[in-house]
Amino acid sequence: MNLVLLGLNHKTAPVALREKLVGLVTDVAGAYEDLKARPELLELVLYSTCNRVETLCATAEPEGAISRLRAFFSNLPDISSAELEKSLYVHRDRDAVRHLFRVAASLDSLVVGEPQILGQIKEAYRQAADNRATGPILNRLLHKTFSVAKRVRRETGIGDYAVSISYAAVTLGRKIFGSLAGKTAVLVGAGEMAELAIEHLRGDGVGRIIIANRTLERGLQLAQRFGGEGVSLEELADQLLHADIIISSTGSPQYLLTREQVKGVMRRRKHKPLFFIDIAVPRDLDPAINDLDNVYLYNIDDLKEVVETNWQRRHQEAAKAERLVAEETLKFLDWLETLAVFPTIISLKEKADRICEVELDKTLRQLGPLTEEQRQALEVLTHSIAQKLLHDPIIFLKGNQHPQRPTRDLDLVRRLFNLDPDREAAFTEEE
Amino acid sequence: MGNALIYLTLIAYFGATGLWVGFFLAQRENLCRGGAWLLGTGLFFHTVELIYRTWAAGYLPVATFGQALLVSAWALVAAFLILYWLFPIKVLGALTAPLAALMVSGTLILPQGQGAVSPLLQSLWLTFHIILALLGNAALTLAFLGGIFYLVQERQLKAKKFGFFYRRLPSLEQLDALNYWCLTIGFPLLTGGIISGSLYAQHVMGSFWRWDPKEILTVFAWLIYAVLLHERLAVGWRGRRAALLAICGFVVLVFAFVGANLWFSGYHSFASFLKQP
Repeated sequence: MNLVLLGLNHKTAPVALREKLVGLVTDVAGAYEDLKARPELLELVLYSTCNRVETLCATAEPEGAISRLRAFFSNLPDISSAELEKSLYVHRDRDAVRHLFRVAASLDSLVVGEPQILGQIKEAYRQAADNRATGPILNRLLHKTFSVAKRVRRETGIGDYAVSISYAAVTLGRKIFGSLAGKTAVLVGAGEMAELAIEHLRGDGVGRIIIANRTLERGLQLAQRFGGEGVSLEELADQLLHADIIISSTGSPQYLLTREQVKGVMRRRKHKPLFFIDIAVPRDLDPAINDLDNVYLYNIDDLKEVVETNWQRRHQEAAKAERLVAEETLKFLDWLETLAVFPTIISLKEKADRICEVELDKTLRQLGPLTEEQRQALEVLTHSIAQKLLHDPIIFLKGNQHPQRPTRDLDLVRRLFNLDPDREAAFTEEE
Repeated sequence: MGNALIYLTLIAYFGATGLWVGFFLAQRENLCRGGAWLLGTGLFFHTVELIYRTWAAGYLPVATFGQALLVSAWALVAAFLILYWLFPIKVLGALTAPLAALMVSGTLILPQGQGAVSPLLQSLWLTFHIILALLGNAALTLAFLGGIFYLVQERQLKAKKFGFFYRRLPSLEQLDALNYWCLTIGFPLLTGGIISGSLYAQHVMGSFWRWDPKEILTVFAWLIYAVLLHERLAVGWRGRRAALLAICGFVVLVFAFVGANLWFSGYHSFASFLKQP
């Protein structure tokens, strides 16, 4: 049994091509219908995430499966096969397992450690199972994949460090406020980065969003977009009274808030913590604000530094994760190899049964009339002799795999019992 | 029964210490759950031991420093487990469990005083006074431990250096809430302890207040906590200042509990509790 993984991702294909291929997800049922009917594809999963489209199959004829899957991709509408040829990669067996584990553990992602990818693969697997495209091998492989991804997340810190400026701001906010639910955020000015941060804050449950802008009109427009309130910049100091998080990104040449202004407000707001994020250059907020009790000020360089150290940490953690993936890949391959002995065991048993039947038939004809009991006793006798004889070879097959050459013993047993009479000639020629 | 139950308690507390420190380092949820269970098991043995001692003596035995430590450790673990149940700041266990283990070890190491205990110490009123005071101490100890965490975490956020502790400690808001909770529970208990003690003193010795070092230090600590509570409620003090005051108050309390017994003499010191045989 072989595994073949074929696909393309952000490293091999331009976004234009990836976009088109993601479209195939819209007709998953049709795709499965088409591919399942092919005899060379025994089990199959299709998945696409933000940055990749991949297919994984279990097959007995890997070459046939690869060309079938290639054809499937290039037959999709609007795909030029030249472009596709350059982008597609093929992984087999060990590499296929390792690749799938790495993808699910988010080691192969654009942003290493991003958490969404596991969910996307789970969803794809559910679809494949709904379409009855998977079987014992892929079921086991996919479940293993989920547990490997979870293990990586649990045992390494790969997802623990914020690696974008806006997300770093949110994690800092969590360390100050515990939860951001119900907090009030004030957005001063409206750069792109501030908008991103606001989106992150929204995602974390921030209750009220106020936008203070030099021109009130633009502020109100933005406020509409984020479902917030617009105020003019002159009201900023008053807004501090009820705000918890202030993100500032105006083009103002001088400080918008000084230490004294904030100090005055702190008494009135009963010293509730204030978290300032200054992403403007030149800075909008007086750095001395950070000296006040219960006030935390981070500027763009502070956040960049957080993000950079977090990148380094994530990559260190990724190295640990790679070791884990390698270990789990080997374990899965071991299991897959034990599968390889089952067809041999079955043919051994079939051969024995055939011999028993033929011989029994001959003997019964020579013996003449027998009672039913005598007949049954003879049948039991022949079958149990055959079973006892096969017992040890079967145990040998299941247990004594040569670690370096796992198929050696298998070949030996097949030749010993002449299970492939047609192939015997080929074997002798090789040696 | 000997000391078997104390040893069981001690083993459980040290085991819980190991689990909790492990939780702090590895951040695995099941370690902290195991730590809580083990601490609870220890508390069970501890409770049985205290009940046995009280039953055997006819009163709660706190006449020596070692005995007082045993009861204090019990109050600390009980207070922590209640807090853990209501308001889980898990990392606090990494400080509470070893502290409790050390206090129980102290009981075993310190000399067991011999001799008759003054009848003044055998009253139910006094037991009430001691339990209130020690439960108050326990709650305020937790405020102190939370205060230390607060200062460490605040330092990291202010200095923008995110080290080992940053990821492991909870948010400032939670730590500050812990300070407030422990204060609102510990302060009334301490107050009750002081009042019940002075009423008993008036009853048996004829005066509410005798300028004993332990009395003076405890009232000093009480004043610190009173200021903290007042400022929290009226002005909205919080954060670093609240943590610092909780730490100051605790240092004075420790002086009152340990120092006043070892270095000063007064009717509150353990030495005076036992009549020489």
